[in-house]
Amino acid sequence: MIRVGLPFHLRNLARVDSEVTLDVPPPVTISAVLDALEAKYPVLCGTIRDHGTLKRRAFVRFFACKEDLSLEPVSTSLPEAVVKGEEPFLIVGAIAGG
Amino acid sequence: MSSVRVLVGTKKGAFILTADGKRQNWSVSGPHFAGWEIYHLKGSAADPNRLFASQSSGWFGQIIQRSDDGGKTWNTPGSTPEELKSEGGMPKGESNKFTYAGEVGKHMWYDGSQHPWEFKRVWHVEPSLTDPDTAYAGVEDAAIFKTTDGGKTWKELSGLRRAKGNLWQPGAGGMAVHTILLDPKNAKRIYVAISAGGAFRTDDGGVTWKPITRGLKSPFELPDPDAEVGHCVHRMTLHPSRPDVLFMQKHWDVLRTDNAGDQWNEVSGNLPTDFGFPIDVHAHEPETIYVVPITSDSLHYPPEGKLRVYRSRTGGNDWEPLSKGLPQKDCYVNILRDAMAVDQMDSCGIYFGTTGGQVYCSPDGGDNWHAIVRDLPPVYSVEVQTLK
Repeated sequence: MIRVGLPFHLRNLARVDSEVTLDVPPPVTISAVLDALEAKYPVLCGTIRDHGTLKRRAFVRFFACKEDLSLEPVSTSLPEAVVKGEEPFLIVGAIAGG
Repeated sequence: MSSVRVLVGTKKGAFILTADGKRQNWSVSGPHFAGWEIYHLKGSAADPNRLFASQSSGWFGQIIQRSDDGGKTWNTPGSTPEELKSEGGMPKGESNKFTYAGEVGKHMWYDGSQHPWEFKRVWHVEPSLTDPDTAYAGVEDAAIFKTTDGGKTWKELSGLRRAKGNLWQPGAGGMAVHTILLDPKNAKRIYVAISAGGAFRTDDGGVTWKPITRGLKSPFELPDPDAEVGHCVHRMTLHPSRPDVLFMQKHWDVLRTDNAGDQWNEVSGNLPTDFGFPIDVHAHEPETIYVVPITSDSLHYPPEGKLRVYRSRTGGNDWEPLSKGLPQKDCYVNILRDAMAVDQMDSCGIYFGTTGGQVYCSPDGGDNWHAIVRDLPPVYSVEVQTLK
């Protein structure tokens, strides 16, 4: 079971209160987690990655196990701790910089 | 007794203001979609309880929301609890999928190069006059989309971008379709306006479009002041009884056409400045129009710090200031293009919102004004529904 943390506005859109959990068959990659997330919560389609290109939106970041995975290829396998559900895969809104 | 529902889009959410026909005592609901930019929300003329809202964020992109109960509850189209249980299975999450049709194509970029169209957000949603499931969306980068399934899916009317779209060039505010006018007497005719793009008309339901800019002059914005495209049209409006007569607030100049845009004539007349954004028509007097003059393109606030609406009862040229109840000193707000509307009550109500967060109402056609609310986030849009 993969744990995914969502930012405030996406939790509201998906109507969830905290982390969501997903069944993701191996290999557990960034794109596999996003596919499973969008399948379970279709309202999130287009909010994390672009509808057409599936590219990560510019101000969305992916963190896991204290590492920034945002710039890694989406085929990157997630850390074992995430695969085991010990650590969440975090989807984060980038700092506004105000 | 009739009542009014004012739909307000702001930088940080949507608000719904309601009052009875006297329009003196108001209830405020919101913020809806707190923290999101709401460029526009509007109700269907065919079903007043059906509202569409454009919700967007610099982080998370575009969302379309729909209410079927007058704004009490909202869902992204296709995701109501009933639809989620349907035999068709999970929805595809395409209510916010705005992909340009066919070859994406390119438009003029700031440096003169050609730049591919990139979808950014929906500026304006215009529901059909007759079908609650049909609506049009004006988007940035400039294009028009249509839904016929209540917002679950959207399809571009790509003929608009073939109207010399390669020559359109964004201004500082972006390049967006911000005005969509549906002709109530001719279902095939639609008008749109684009910042720094111009004005366009289709007579075949959106398949083909042509610029309607003859008579517009832009000597300070365009190398060719009479160019067919590139004029910075800020807003257009029409009265439903005479859809061939349109009024326009351009970057500079207020204009009218009496032949569906084939020829425009300036009617700025005695306005203190003819720069501004919104323009609207009285609900029952097709020759009575309203603008809010703004100092200049460099100074986006009212002249002399005095907030004044100007009314012409002659379809332009002769204008009178309306200021009773509006701040007459130290007022430096702006009124954005989609932030003025009129109701259909016997004594026509005029409404506008400001970048300072006020929404003003005049229940008597502009003679007297009061603030419904004073401290909202910057107001992007105002629409009004008159409910029986």
